[in-house]
Amino acid sequence: MSILVNKESRVVVQGITGRSGLFHSKQCREYGTSIVAGVTPGKGGIHIEGIPVFNTVAEAIKYTEANVSMIFVPPPGAADAILESIDAGLDLAICITEGIPIRDMVPVKAVLKGSKTRLIGPNCPGIITPGECKVGIMPGHIHKPGKIGVVSRSGTLTYEAVKQLTDAGLGQSTCVGIGGDPIIGMNFIDVLTLFNQDPDTEAVFMIGEIGGGAEEAAAEWIRGHMTKPVAAFIAGVTAPPGRRMGHAGAIITGGKGKAEDKIRILQECGVVVATSPTRMGEAMLEARKLAEKVATKASVKPTAKRNKKTT
Amino acid sequence: MNIHEYQAKEILSSYGIPIPRGRVALTSDQVERAAKMMGGRCVVKAQIYAGGRGKAGGVRLIHHPEEAQEYAKELFGRTLVTNQTGPEGLKVRRILVEEAVEIAREFYLSITLDRKTSRYVVIASAEGGIDIEEVANRSPDKILTLTIDPFTGLRPYQARKISLALGLSGTICEDCVELILNLYSACQEKDCSLIEINPLVVTKAGWLMAMDAKITFDDNAVYRHREYPDMVDYSQLDPLEINAAKYDLAYIKLSGTIGCLVNGAGLAMATLDVLNECGGEPANFLDVGGGATREKVAEAFRIILQDCDVKGIFVNIFGGIMRCDVIAQGIIEAAGAVGCTLPIVVRMDGSHVEEGKKLLLESGLNVQIGRTLGDGAAKIVQMLSQGVQGHVDTCQ
Repeated sequence: MSILVNKESRVVVQGITGRSGLFHSKQCREYGTSIVAGVTPGKGGIHIEGIPVFNTVAEAIKYTEANVSMIFVPPPGAADAILESIDAGLDLAICITEGIPIRDMVPVKAVLKGSKTRLIGPNCPGIITPGECKVGIMPGHIHKPGKIGVVSRSGTLTYEAVKQLTDAGLGQSTCVGIGGDPIIGMNFIDVLTLFNQDPDTEAVFMIGEIGGGAEEAAAEWIRGHMTKPVAAFIAGVTAPPGRRMGHAGAIITGGKGKAEDKIRILQECGVVVATSPTRMGEAMLEARKLAEKVATKASVKPTAKRNKKTT
Repeated sequence: MNIHEYQAKEILSSYGIPIPRGRVALTSDQVERAAKMMGGRCVVKAQIYAGGRGKAGGVRLIHHPEEAQEYAKELFGRTLVTNQTGPEGLKVRRILVEEAVEIAREFYLSITLDRKTSRYVVIASAEGGIDIEEVANRSPDKILTLTIDPFTGLRPYQARKISLALGLSGTICEDCVELILNLYSACQEKDCSLIEINPLVVTKAGWLMAMDAKITFDDNAVYRHREYPDMVDYSQLDPLEINAAKYDLAYIKLSGTIGCLVNGAGLAMATLDVLNECGGEPANFLDVGGGATREKVAEAFRIILQDCDVKGIFVNIFGGIMRCDVIAQGIIEAAGAVGCTLPIVVRMDGSHVEEGKKLLLESGLNVQIGRTLGDGAAKIVQMLSQGVQGHVDTCQ
């Protein structure tokens, strides 16, 4: 009842001997995640908090059968760490590192395309399948197992959304923070595709921000493909117009990227958009209700009315 | 990270791209001397961290050195508001004086990251100049874009395609090929997220020349270029923003009265949205980073309180893993140090929430606790509208 990670996931942590790498590895393990190995070049052979450390990802896989990597390597070595996990043939790499130069990520993205590895991030909070597996830096306790898939470009705003969902009685199948950098691995559409296929995800909540065109592209995809109700929130409606330099950005986006445009396109594509960040849980409830109405209308069975009453 | 036009041109020049002869001046006397050096006829250009200067009166063709001096006197210290500066504008502290060049044709040329393909693209147009964005809107077919494969890099045949499409031929076409390849080298080696020449001109004498240039460095790559920090012109940045950057805080001053302290950019934007919805006006955007620490929160608090327009403060920390009692101590320390009695509303989530709340409520600060994001925002707006006041020692 999840996508990408579950209780079978075996996690290797790249950069485990660093301060935040170690701290979050322990937090993930406490949540129930199988942290089976760490990688820090030059420190292979030691154990840290009972976790064996290897020099390379390939070695870690050989001895521990790890299939997911969580990356905490600092920016100068982070792109290399991602490339190593792709080369080692991992199914999934989750890069938490913030601050990787664009020039380093351009070739990484090109290598990813021809590989079997999926990348989440960089500059993201990670992934959690509540009650099963947490690979990231999010607080586990606000999550609750359930049927809502969450996908977000933001970090702490995702926590706010998840808390509102949980408070509204809506548990989550999996929550994916795809990261806020200009170049990321999986995007909204990639994650929405998985949620659409996942039998245990019934609806999706999506969190976007101003800038770029990812939300617009996702909206178009939802209109054409998504069979499950989607609700969304876009942060930055009242953000001041930023200073900018030059024209290239405006030329390439055609002046898109404003919150109002994103909200309008999402609504046109059938997504319920929360008008306020305080009503994200409500928006999800509303999207599900709307979908049920459509379903009952479409059905000609006499039991439809009774079903509607009970909801 | 942005730099001035003259600095961008120095970089272009170091990559063999022709630029006009020019001098940077800090006083109107220096402008006059530079104008004399150019032979009297010259172009005087205000240097600010934004484009659109021509239309805002920041660029002028000058015929006599005295005229240059007079114009410089008018320009220095003036705040230019252009369509790229935002409403508060930017002050002119440096002026570039350049030789006047007879122009035959104007092009647009830039290299930047295309987020859609995750690759660098060359953008070019035969209709360069100040109205390039309008051209892009009105007739997108007049904009050429070429996606660069990161493994092969930009190839000469591709640069030739662009040069030919710009309508160039013969030796000048080959000059342009070399120029585009050099621009790509500069973009890569200098870690630029934008490198733009607008206009790139053909002079009446038949040479290519970069008449204006903009470079934005990738902030994430500044660490591998030791010279970059020294290139920053701090007069172009808000002093509070400079201070915030020292502590790795993202701070942007706004025009309202409610100081905001939030962890995470998305949540910070959402917090501004909620305050506006409740009828409050945020005094700033401030992101202390996803995993805020006690020191960062304390520093953020000090920065917010340096803005004397602030009449109340809303703290919204959704940490989860971090300890709220530690964050609370940071707030109490910073507020205590400047004798802050302003109304404060704190909304915190994470571990040790109850201990944190208790510390705050017993601290003697004028503080209330927000249960949720909405509740917290409503409370601070309500306190201010009811006339709850306070002061800060550093503001009179």
